[in-house]
Amino acid sequence: MSHDFFPSYTPKSKLAKWFESRLPLLGFMHSAGVSFPVPRNLNYWWTSGVILCFMLVSQIVTGIFLAMFYTPHVDLAFSSVEHILRDVSYGWLIQPLHAVGASMFFLAVYVHIFRGLYYGSYKAPREILWILGVILYLLMMATAFLGYVLPWGQMSLWGATVITNFFSAIPGVGKTVVSYLWGGYAVGNPTLNRFFSLHFLLPFMICGVVILHVWALHVPGNNNPDGVEIKTKKDALPFHPYYTTKDFFAVFVFLILFAWFTFYMPRYLGHADNFIAADRSVTPAHIVPEWYFLPFYAILRAVTFQIPLGFYTIDSKLGGVIAMFGAIVVLAFLPWLNNSKVRSTKYRPLYKPFFWLFFLTCIILGWLGSKPTDGDWMIGSWHIVNYTTASQIFTLLYFAHFALLPIIGKIEKTKPLPDSIFEAVLKKNGSAKPAGSAELPNKTA
Amino acid sequence: MTKKNLLVAGALLATLGAALIGGTSAKAAEGAPIPPAQEWSFSGAFGTFDRAQLQRGFKVYREVCSACHGLKYLSFRNLAQPGGPEFSEEQVKALAAEYQVTNATPNDEGEIFQRPGRPADRFPSPFANDAQAAYANGGKAPPDLSLMGKARTYERGFPLFIIDMFSQYQEQAPDYIHAIMTGYVEHPPEGFSGVAYNKYFLNNAIAMVQPLHDGQVEYPKNADGRAVVPETIDQYGKDVAAFLVWAADPHMEARKRLGMQAILFLIVMSGLMYFTKKKIWKRAHAEEHA
Repeated sequence: MSHDFFPSYTPKSKLAKWFESRLPLLGFMHSAGVSFPVPRNLNYWWTSGVILCFMLVSQIVTGIFLAMFYTPHVDLAFSSVEHILRDVSYGWLIQPLHAVGASMFFLAVYVHIFRGLYYGSYKAPREILWILGVILYLLMMATAFLGYVLPWGQMSLWGATVITNFFSAIPGVGKTVVSYLWGGYAVGNPTLNRFFSLHFLLPFMICGVVILHVWALHVPGNNNPDGVEIKTKKDALPFHPYYTTKDFFAVFVFLILFAWFTFYMPRYLGHADNFIAADRSVTPAHIVPEWYFLPFYAILRAVTFQIPLGFYTIDSKLGGVIAMFGAIVVLAFLPWLNNSKVRSTKYRPLYKPFFWLFFLTCIILGWLGSKPTDGDWMIGSWHIVNYTTASQIFTLLYFAHFALLPIIGKIEKTKPLPDSIFEAVLKKNGSAKPAGSAELPNKTA
Repeated sequence: MTKKNLLVAGALLATLGAALIGGTSAKAAEGAPIPPAQEWSFSGAFGTFDRAQLQRGFKVYREVCSACHGLKYLSFRNLAQPGGPEFSEEQVKALAAEYQVTNATPNDEGEIFQRPGRPADRFPSPFANDAQAAYANGGKAPPDLSLMGKARTYERGFPLFIIDMFSQYQEQAPDYIHAIMTGYVEHPPEGFSGVAYNKYFLNNAIAMVQPLHDGQVEYPKNADGRAVVPETIDQYGKDVAAFLVWAADPHMEARKRLGMQAILFLIVMSGLMYFTKKKIWKRAHAEEHA
């Protein structure tokens, strides 16, 4: 925002002048969405932010239509969803758009998060931006969980039972917290009612934090693949039309994927068990969360032992909950754990393999989260390790990544950074001039 | 640098692949066998239901399954809707009238009464409630079949679950239903004490005795008096599974049809946006080459 390389908005018509002098809304929109200077070297990973904005709007719009027909009552919720799918005009389209949309939202957010990790986007001066992102991620997880309970199928009921039980692990107040979550002595009608209410509320809280997130982005401006800040006008391009066209293109490509699942395999990303109405007397064989929660589910289940602290013994349940929430909260400390002078992993040869190891760890934790705890990891008939032990190893690897960051930063010999974004772009295009060359101008500006 | 990146990515994928394949074989080793995949007219992006098959499947449901299993999320009128078995309005009216339905509201004398069904009525369930259904069936209520076509699955494992995203395989439920119909074993292994033994049922002990037998349901005949499709358990199983897939997802055809239009539109739009972006960025690249 500190740069004003590109012309700002000046009202021309009388009406615009009149309005702008009272509320400079158009000028604000222009500076944020038109003349905002963006590094010219952003790659396609940087389109995930706009894709996320699109998904948030899409979820809210489809959600509002669903709420017009959905009935939050334990006897009617399940059949009201079937009613939407069968009898409501285009309900067969809106419901999958919303359900598949949740998965797409998470897919985009994971791309967004890993991009931030790879390019060190969380480093100064973008710590607040990053922490707001972690808060958004937590809000998204809460919203998704609450939403998954609403169809009141078997996974809804049992997922709600498992997740709400986490809170009973909190020493002292756990039981009270859980009874407030339930609104009774077990997951039941009051639970469903308050979950519906909160599921409607949280997206608007997400909107609020998104505004702060975008605001916090516009103060320092975008990070970029080379991790050097904009210095001169040559390093930047105005947001419009360069990044508006690039983002639109990316959104349409993303929509192809979204449409693929929505129209052709709307139930692929969900669980067949959730088409069985909730039944308290039957426990599903495997209670498994949605794919986007699986790594954390694996971490939760990895803690199977007590942790004696001398004055207090953390039981395995509380230990699991602490590990699971810790796995998310630790992200908020990244700006200080990573003490490297260099942001982008492109220039960090020692950190690069650690980044990919971390990525792989998350994928494998996700796989382990979908497995029963008592199974064994086999290759052919070759027994590798028990799933629980495997979860423990990879949970350790997950946290070790954060513990190693300061050490890596200290001992790493980073590659030289380009002098400017413009130079990095020239180098990438192979059009950088050799030092000391004195070409004649072949183009008139 | 790109080459090195590719190598790293390749190594990562290979490790991941090896690790996950391992997980799969462990899964296959435990539990019931995987239901064999059948050919379905409704699979894939262009899949549509075979009307005749849905009509035969409904006949199997009506003559066999409906004795114990409800279809409570379906109305008679659904049978005449486009994209389903597409019986005629008259056929559906006549069919509905064969059923006795409990009126939702009382008559003038304040009594709830029975009347012949109308197309707008839901299929009446064979039992008044789950308790009665369980009592009449040896302690376990036969499940409603409306959603069977999407409420049953089996684990696909790696790498199939990734391939499925591209092949659009999602017919686990009908494959499973067909497998159950054909999976009864006449002579269960020694020591088995359940009601019936089914190869594909979890733990093999199924509370439903073999419901279908060859020649049990009469299928349409051609001029020579021979059935157009075989009157076998295998065929009955396929037909009723197809019918239940439609019953669970009655707008599948409309959804896939609109999907094709949506995806074509999005591909064209993406193409247009790509060239727009390219043209706009030419200016930026010109600066870089100046």
